[in-house]
Amino acid sequence: MHAFTVSELNNALRAHLEEEGLFFDIWLLAEVVEFRRYPSGHCYFTLKDEQASMRAVLWRSAAERVALLPTNGEAVLAHGRVGFYEARGEVQFVVDQIVPAGIGLLNAQLAQLRARLEAEGLFDERRKRQLPVLPRRIGIVTSPQAAALQDMLTILRRRYPLAEVVLSPCLVQGELAPASIVAALRRAYTEPLDVIILARGGGASEDLAAFNDEQVVRTVALSPVPIITGVGHETDTTLVDAVADVRAPTPSAAAELVAPAIGDLRQQITELRERAESAILSRIDAQRAVVAQQHMLLQRNHPRRRFDTARQTVDDLLRRADRALARWIQFEQARLQSLHARLRTLSPQATLARGYAIAQRSDGTVITDPAQVQPGETLHLTLHAGTLRVTVETANE
Amino acid sequence: MSEPTTVEQYEQLLAELQIIVERLERGELSLAEALHLYERGAELAATCQQLLDMAELRVRQIADG
Repeated sequence: MHAFTVSELNNALRAHLEEEGLFFDIWLLAEVVEFRRYPSGHCYFTLKDEQASMRAVLWRSAAERVALLPTNGEAVLAHGRVGFYEARGEVQFVVDQIVPAGIGLLNAQLAQLRARLEAEGLFDERRKRQLPVLPRRIGIVTSPQAAALQDMLTILRRRYPLAEVVLSPCLVQGELAPASIVAALRRAYTEPLDVIILARGGGASEDLAAFNDEQVVRTVALSPVPIITGVGHETDTTLVDAVADVRAPTPSAAAELVAPAIGDLRQQITELRERAESAILSRIDAQRAVVAQQHMLLQRNHPRRRFDTARQTVDDLLRRADRALARWIQFEQARLQSLHARLRTLSPQATLARGYAIAQRSDGTVITDPAQVQPGETLHLTLHAGTLRVTVETANE
Repeated sequence: MSEPTTVEQYEQLLAELQIIVERLERGELSLAEALHLYERGAELAATCQQLLDMAELRVRQIADG
């Protein structure tokens, strides 16, 4: 016979209870009594119903994650495992999550899952990536039948028709939804996408259960590209929203966040074109100034400038020559007049007046010698007051 | 991989346009270069606008739901 010590027995009991993993993931609906929080931060209390009770412990690390600590007499939903306290040989319920029972089991599970994932750092702000500015290929993971898809496509067509949409269809509600979403996400991950929208139109909040599924959340966390969620209505927040890079309140809002407005793109092009225009215009203006400057220099050095100087000299000379000529003409005219006056005094008229006559042959020859004429020849005599026609009788030698 | 999407073409043209505008604005170019670049820029801007005008959302489904 083998006799255990108490320690040995308790140790074996603990090992049996805890290592078999039999009571590892337990939800307990119970009333809290004898609640006490120690300075260490650990909380000790009793969970009971009408017939039975069990000691319970909430370690400080878990207590810190509990939103609201229970109070005595409160009905709670506690999650945890069954442990064995060797020192006293007592079974105790080790609580890791505890919520008022009114919230309901699903919410409690959800809260617990949220806490666990949060503890893993899945919801860290540092993990969040920015959405691409100009996504080329946009993945959409949603139900192909739902109105949400059409809403998103309408928005993308209007705002950002440049993109290519890759639709990875899935079920978004029902038992099979989580597995379907996981598969659709994985398919999407194999595509060269820039961003993924995970969307589901509005519905009753229990219909959104798939978006709180642990595998779905973990798969979203694995996305190689930024992922944006648009699940349910504005007021619904699911765990995929917490793990996604960006959370949009609705599918339509997600599509709008992903798509830059085409008007902004046009505006950008217009601005660039205007900048190019003003740059080239100022470049041309600068060139114009250079040309003007050169033109001025050129004119200053134009050969005509030298002609101008020469021409001025010539003009000057011509003017002086003109003046000289005018003076000469004046002088000559005066001389001519005086000569003319003298000439008049020498004119034959004056001599004829004194009684002389001029004898001329009919051809005009002036007769100065009798030898020039023959008797009988006709001569013209010019007298002071007229002419005579005479015939020669004799010519004295 | 599929052929370049409209966005890829657009991005490429836009990037070229941005470089051209910046070079024009720095203004270290000869007039001939500047004019040449400006022409290219105007062309790019027109093509970009055209891409925006003509773009039609392409939707492709992978596997069936």
